Amino acid sequence: MSAGSILFAVAALLCIVGALATVLSKNPIRGAIGLLTTIVGIALLFLKLAAEFLAAIQLIVYAGAVVVLFVFVIMLLGPDAGSKETPPGKARFSRWFSAFGLVALSGTALYLLSRGQQTLTPLPAVTPDHGSTEAVGGLLFNHAIVPFELATALLIVAVVGAIAVARTKPRRRRAVPEGHEGRRLFGGPLHPRDAERPLVKEPAE
Amino acid sequence: MNALGGFVEHYVLLASVLFTIGAVGFVARRNALVQLMSIELMLNAVNLLLVAYNRAHGEVMTGQLFAFFIIAVAAAEAAVGLAILLAFYRLNASVHSDEADALKH
Repeated sequence: MSAGSILFAVAALLCIVGALATVLSKNPIRGAIGLLTTIVGIALLFLKLAAEFLAAIQLIVYAGAVVVLFVFVIMLLGPDAGSKETPPGKARFSRWFSAFGLVALSGTALYLLSRGQQTLTPLPAVTPDHGSTEAVGGLLFNHAIVPFELATALLIVAVVGAIAVARTKPRRRRAVPEGHEGRRLFGGPLHPRDAERPLVKEPAE
Repeated sequence: MNALGGFVEHYVLLASVLFTIGAVGFVARRNALVQLMSIELMLNAVNLLLVAYNRAHGEVMTGQLFAFFIIAVAAAEAAVGLAILLAFYRLNASVHSDEADALKH
């Protein structure tokens, strides 16, 4: 077995184990670490596919920013971040049925894709600067400058929007006043949780 | 000639396995945090596919350019999604997506 094969096997194993850990773990912090494992595996695969620039970006943006953001949110939520899954019976069937349907769908797609194909497509040799920072940067600034600038605008809007959404003061969690039966949703029926769940924390006034 | 990882089909198989795991996690789990992580898994699988096909067919690196923009959009999506999750948690004291049912009552 050559070094390239070993690299691919290790990276693929990292990806799949990490993905399974993300989806199956009860504790979200383990899920975040599983996501990190998958991301590192995919960065290794990018290296093998001659995409050095993307491998670096993958590690900086995903491992350095997105996973850290997830871990921060888990830290902010504390023990409440843990999964209290739906009680048995509630929508359980539809959940697992749709999951099974997705597996069947992608299995069928793979089968149809591979049916008429006798040989595998080998990866051709590429020039040494394929996927280097220089080459991707040149392409980015010469041929994709408008999408690039739009992406900067998108990121600014996302940052401002994230701050605005996360800082909004909750009004619904104020205590129900004495003698008042509870909130009515849009003037309609009583909100079900006003009766059954006591408000845990009062927002500081 | 390396056997493993020398053909584009290996990457297609791996990417579809990853995408399926992410999609199943999204529909089967009810913890909104885990659902957001599953979305990231699916985006990563698509990125892998784009880069692999670009390596197999492209002299020009358009596929890598697409993957670059997908990473940028995914970062924005994660930031906004987690902010919505925090706001939802302040309302409901839970990150359980089954409890986002205000429109039902």
